[in-house]
Amino acid sequence: MTAYARRTWIVLWKDLLTERRSKESLNALLFFALLLLFLFEFALGPDRERLRAALPGLLWLGFVLSGLLGLGRSFIVERDNDCWDGLRLTPGDKSAIYLGKLLGNCAMMLAVEAVLLGLFGVFYDLALGPVLAPLVAVLVPGTLGLAAVATLFAAMTAHLRARELLFPVLLLPAQVPLLLAAVSATQAALLGQPLSEVSHWMKLLIGADVVYVVIGLLTFEFVLDA
Amino acid sequence: MTTRMLGWLALLGLGGGLVAGFGYAPREVAQGNVQRIMYLHVPAILTAYLAFALVLIGSVGYLATRQLRWDRLAAAAAELGVLFTGVTIISGSIWGRPTWGVWWTWDARLTSTAVLLLVYVGYLLLRGMVDEPDARARYAAVVGILGAANIPIVHFSVKWWRALHQPSTILGPEPSPIATPIALALLVNWVAFTLLFAYFLARRMAIARLEEHA
Repeated sequence: MTAYARRTWIVLWKDLLTERRSKESLNALLFFALLLLFLFEFALGPDRERLRAALPGLLWLGFVLSGLLGLGRSFIVERDNDCWDGLRLTPGDKSAIYLGKLLGNCAMMLAVEAVLLGLFGVFYDLALGPVLAPLVAVLVPGTLGLAAVATLFAAMTAHLRARELLFPVLLLPAQVPLLLAAVSATQAALLGQPLSEVSHWMKLLIGADVVYVVIGLLTFEFVLDA
Repeated sequence: MTTRMLGWLALLGLGGGLVAGFGYAPREVAQGNVQRIMYLHVPAILTAYLAFALVLIGSVGYLATRQLRWDRLAAAAAELGVLFTGVTIISGSIWGRPTWGVWWTWDARLTSTAVLLLVYVGYLLLRGMVDEPDARARYAAVVGILGAANIPIVHFSVKWWRALHQPSTILGPEPSPIATPIALALLVNWVAFTLLFAYFLARRMAIARLEEHA
C-alpha cells in the first residue's frame, strides 16, 4: 500500500512540478476563464437579475469548458520523450498512475474554479463570503467526478487524430447527471439554503464520484497499454 | 443457414405484429389511432435496452478474454442500440405532437433516452476514429462499461430534474393495467423486434468478422 501511495505521489508531484515550471496549462486556462466571463456577459446582456438567475449554470458551464481544454491535455505531455513508455514500464498496479493524474487534474481544476469564482464575485457583485463553505462542499465532489471521467478519456484520446473533437463528444454526454446535480446543488448553496435540502443531489454527486473513480481505477490499465 | 431462418422468422413476426397492431388490437378510446404508435415505440426501446446490455456484456467479455469476438458483439449491439433508440425517439416524437401538442419536451424519460443515445453515438464515433483493432476494442470496452454504469445515474438525475412522461406500465412493479388485446399486440411486436434484432446482430457480427479478415 505504501508503495502504491508512493507511486501515486510521484506521478502527482511530477505533474505539479512540470506545470509549475512550464505554466503551460494554468496560465492559458485562467485567461480562458476570464474570456468566458465576458462571453457570458455579452450573450445574456447587462440585466443583473437574469445573469444571477443563470449563475449556477454559467458557473458550471465555465468549469466544464475549462475542463475540456485543461483536462483534455493532461496526457499530451506524456507523448514526448517516450514518457508514455515510461508510464507503461512502471512496476506494479497501473491504477496508481491514474490516481496520481486524477489528483493533479483535480488540483488544477480547483485552482481554475477558485479564480473563476472570484471573478464571478467581482463582476457580478456576488457576496461569496457567507456561502463559501457550502459552495466548496459542492465544488469538490463535482470536480472530482468531472476529473475522474475526463482523466480516463484524456488518456484514451491522447493518441487519436481527432482528439480535440472526440474528447468532448465522449465526455459531455457522460457528464450530464453530474452537471444536473452540481448545478442544482450550487444554486441551493448560492441562495444560502442548507445543503440538507438538496441532500439527494449531494448523494448523487458522491455516488457518481465513487462509480467513476472505481471504473477509472479498474480500467485504466487497459487504456494505458497502447 | 440458421441466420437466414432467423431473418424469415423476424419477417413473419413483423407481419404478425402489423396485423395485431392494426387489425386485432382495438382503437384506443382516448387517443384514437395515434396510440398504435406504441406497438413500434415500446418494442423499440425494450430492444434498445437489450442491445445496451449486450454492449456491456461484450465489453466486459473483451477485457476479460481479449478475444475480438466479444468486441464484435459489443460493436454490433451498440449500432443496433443506437438505431432502436433513434426509432424510439422519432416514434415518440410523432406520437407526442398530437397527444401532448409538442414534438419534444424536456421531460425526464425523453431526456434520459436522448442522453443514452448521445453516449452511444459517442461510443460509435470513438470506434470510427481508432484504426488499430486491438486499441479500438480496448477503448470501446472502457467507454461501454462506463456508459452502462452511467445509465442508473443518468436515470435518477434526470428523474429528479423533472417528470411528465407517464410512469412505466410494463416494467413497473404493479400488475399491468393494459387491456388484454393491446397487451397481446404489444407482445407480438416485441417478440418480432427481438427476432429482428437477433437477425441484425448475427448479420452485423458476421460482416465485422469478414472485415477483420479482409
